Amino acid sequence: MSFILQDKEDTIVALATPQGVGAIAVIRLSGPKAISIANEVFKGKNLELQPSHTVHFGTIKDGDRIIDEVLASLFKAPKSFTKEDVVEISTHGSSYIVNQVIKLLIRKGARPAKPGEFTQRAFLNGQFDLAQAEAVADLINADSEASHQAALNQMRGGFSGEITSLRERLIHFASMIELELDFTEEDVEFASREDLRELVEKLLRVVEQLISSFDLGNVIKNGVPTVIAGKPNAGKSTLLNALLNEEKAIVSEIAGTTRDFIEDEINIGGMIFRFIDTAGLRETTDTIEAMGVSRTQEKMKTASLILYLFDLGDTDMVEISRDINKLENLGVPFLKVANKMDKSNHLLINSLKEKHPDTIFISAGQKKNLDLLKDKILELVNLDKFKTGNTVVTNIRHYDALTQTRESLLDVLRGIDEEITNDFLAMDIRRALHFLGEITGEITTDDLLANIFSKFCIGK
Amino acid sequence: MFDTYDVIVVGAGHAGCEAAHAAAEMGSRVLLCTMNMNTIAQMSCNPAMGGVAKGQIIREIDALGGKSGIISDKSMIQFRMLNRSKGPAMWSPRTQNDRMRFAEDWRLTLENTPNVDFWQEMVNGLIIKNGEVKGVRTGLGLEIPGRSVVLTNGTFLNGIIHIGEKQFGGGRTGESAAKGITEQLIKVGFESGRMKTGTPPRVDGRSLDYSKMEIQFGDERPGKFSYSNETKPLEQQKNCWITYTNKSVHETLETGFDRSPMFNGRIQGLGPRYCPSIEDKINRFAERDRHQIFVEPEGWNTVEIYVNGFSTSLPEDVQLKALRKIEGFENAKMFRPGYAIEYDFFQPTQLKATLETKLIKNLFFAGQINGTTGYEEAASQGLMAGINAHQNTRDKSPFILNRSDAYIGVLIDDLINKGTEEPYRMFTSRAEFRLLLRQDNADLRLTPLGNSIGLAHESRVMKVKKKEEETSKIIELLDQIKLDPEYANPYLMSLETAPIKEKTILSKLVKRPNFGIKNLIQISPELEKALSALSIDAQEQAEIQIKYESYITKEKQMADKINHLEGYRIPQSFNYEIVKALSAEGKQKLNKIRPETLGQASRISGVSPADLSILTVYLGK
Repeated sequence: MSFILQDKEDTIVALATPQGVGAIAVIRLSGPKAISIANEVFKGKNLELQPSHTVHFGTIKDGDRIIDEVLASLFKAPKSFTKEDVVEISTHGSSYIVNQVIKLLIRKGARPAKPGEFTQRAFLNGQFDLAQAEAVADLINADSEASHQAALNQMRGGFSGEITSLRERLIHFASMIELELDFTEEDVEFASREDLRELVEKLLRVVEQLISSFDLGNVIKNGVPTVIAGKPNAGKSTLLNALLNEEKAIVSEIAGTTRDFIEDEINIGGMIFRFIDTAGLRETTDTIEAMGVSRTQEKMKTASLILYLFDLGDTDMVEISRDINKLENLGVPFLKVANKMDKSNHLLINSLKEKHPDTIFISAGQKKNLDLLKDKILELVNLDKFKTGNTVVTNIRHYDALTQTRESLLDVLRGIDEEITNDFLAMDIRRALHFLGEITGEITTDDLLANIFSKFCIGK
Repeated sequence: MFDTYDVIVVGAGHAGCEAAHAAAEMGSRVLLCTMNMNTIAQMSCNPAMGGVAKGQIIREIDALGGKSGIISDKSMIQFRMLNRSKGPAMWSPRTQNDRMRFAEDWRLTLENTPNVDFWQEMVNGLIIKNGEVKGVRTGLGLEIPGRSVVLTNGTFLNGIIHIGEKQFGGGRTGESAAKGITEQLIKVGFESGRMKTGTPPRVDGRSLDYSKMEIQFGDERPGKFSYSNETKPLEQQKNCWITYTNKSVHETLETGFDRSPMFNGRIQGLGPRYCPSIEDKINRFAERDRHQIFVEPEGWNTVEIYVNGFSTSLPEDVQLKALRKIEGFENAKMFRPGYAIEYDFFQPTQLKATLETKLIKNLFFAGQINGTTGYEEAASQGLMAGINAHQNTRDKSPFILNRSDAYIGVLIDDLINKGTEEPYRMFTSRAEFRLLLRQDNADLRLTPLGNSIGLAHESRVMKVKKKEEETSKIIELLDQIKLDPEYANPYLMSLETAPIKEKTILSKLVKRPNFGIKNLIQISPELEKALSALSIDAQEQAEIQIKYESYITKEKQMADKINHLEGYRIPQSFNYEIVKALSAEGKQKLNKIRPETLGQASRISGVSPADLSILTVYLGK
């Protein structure tokens, strides 16, 4: 058995801000020697003499060599994220500097933190429960306002509350069933099947709601998968760049470890849009009709939003109508975006306005009407529903548990239809409770019995 | 005066008798100590065995090689399979018994068990040396040496009986209480508590008017508890009756409330919520204007009647007055009043899974001393304690049943991990794998285990093997034989079940609701012929296995999933204090119980799921 107990005495160090470009980088030290190790390399005030929750300016020196000018923030146990002594050193955002500082700290006795170890320590030291710990991980990865809010909401326990009330109702349901099983000889009225069905249906609606919020949650966390579709010369790259520059957002080109395609993430109005670059579309010279590559088709289907982009100077009405028809068949919401509005003939524009009045006319190159396009994009994904503060499921483990809860509840309904006896119904209810328990806590049979005894006159 | 016994059993109730029999049967030299040899195996409360969840336990005891099933069968006067209308896991055998014969059969059984000696005297102390029990001390000042001791004192430890404002020491009505043991155990560090239970008045059956009551017949085709061939189902049965209390009964009872020991605070022990006294029922459920009363005969040749559902400790005059307001009881004569009894118990969290105490080596507790209620619960603990006492003295490995093995496993696991605040009774809902723990398969589950420790006889194992083989054979048959629509449909339609469109295998039809092998033999002469050589038990088993296959499979998967936590062992030296994140209560409970696995930890009350995940992380999953 691998105990991590001895590890707990270590002081760990790691970069706390994302790897890569950034104006500043934060290096975090946590553990019993965090302050003394930091103090050894920090030239300025004596950190060991400073109170908690203070920030100090100074330099990091390796011997005589100055590595960087930094700010050191002190958080003393237990008033820190990990409930241990923590020092956060803010350096300039260069990976060279960061590496130099971390190496130095390791030389002075810190140990590189394992992935998730700060959160693990926080969890072990009682900072939060498991569901909250998971939310922290999400919070750290939160790239957008909506995602941040969902994670915050979960940390505050909104999600747990919802699940708890669901469980309470299920327990009540289960005890109605158990009553009939264990106390068959008793002179009490048992729940009617119709009442049971009604209750299960109600619960199912709640579970369904939470499950469907996962797709939403997923979007919030990972961004709205978006595809710009169109012929190669329609101006896709120009549009992408225009949107990027406009927002001055950090563009990350993530070569996903599990993905074999490139994505650009753009923050539009507080919402992340993940532009999926479908290889097929960028390379082939074909029209949408010819996007025969099934992979591209798949990508387009999984997108939540497609921007259908066409060049007004290089497209005719027939082609446009045909493409639009194809897209409609795909069933993914899409926007018709006419590019190079300055280079077009009025005839085409007029006929477009007549046949497709919702066409958005832009000029990506001249950055015209981009705001309009963004408004339309936000309108289409209906940002409002992301911001209502509703409980949103963002965690895949929770999602799995909820899906299995739903399956069990559906089994209950099926059982009621097939008129199977209560002992089998009870089993499916217990399964549902078990899966909900995987999110918050286990249900004990004592709960069921206590519920029964408090409500019914039982016993000879 | 005495040689050293392997196992000394103190108390000869349901737990003590099973313990003595099991240990002796396995080869131990056993001494059974009882205060009165004429009251061995008394049914102190109602004259019945089994019932929902409890019937399953009796079947399990029988499958392991215990005697309660056989003795219940021999002394039964009525048999009913409860919950027949529900799924097979809910079917629960229950017998009404002849109280006197039951006791007599137990006595004869023990007398015929080689290696069991008897001693009639009160045991009032234990001989304890260096944390190990070495024997018992009696009222006469005798010291009886023993290598292990099983305490099954029932309600006798400092028992106090209450009837109205009267109270007196006693273990049962007319029998004196046992003193000394509790005090000694507390001195060596045990924690004790008080519990309360009660019993209804007994009346003269000749004074009742049964024409005003509903008759409750036994089953048309009665079954029995034991899997063995030693017993037979009843050919003739006795009836029971049902009647009800009414408003005027309740009003009469209320006139005695000011003299009720329950309400004036004289009784401090906690009683069971599911077996409340009649005054408790009226008090807590004031909106109900009637409660059910079961009128149960106490035997073949007695006029004594047990008034089930009328447990009370009100003054005897109020009891009688109220009884006579019950329909059919207008002229009732009372033989003896109901009473409440308070007694000492020891929180069972002080026990290991073998029922051996953690504090004193080779000392075992079984039955009401552990805070349980019910003959079946007591008997099963006695059996397990007897087995493990024997195993201990022979340095053999402990015999422990899991929650997915048996109700007995659920019972003991609950007791040692959660303890109990009220008398603990088994319910099917306590078992998370109850679809697996059926009365029809206790033999398949447990007889091989019982045989492996030298308790269940070889002949029983042969019988189980035969049942298994026949069951597979029948399942095979049902999967092979096909039915022709033309031939089968008229019959199917006559039963209002859907006709078949093409040739269909029988097992498919078995899965239909309200349809089974008994229907199939009407339309498949081939099946009828093949089955004639195969036992009814195997037919029933095959039908259950086919009909409920998907559910049983699901349950097994669930059991496996939960059982995997049992694989995470927690070192016995583990220091919970260093785990700061554990809740204060969780830490305290874990320190006290010191679970051996994460699975066991998960079932300790007060250990939250958060505590468990913290432990999981700590132990490095």
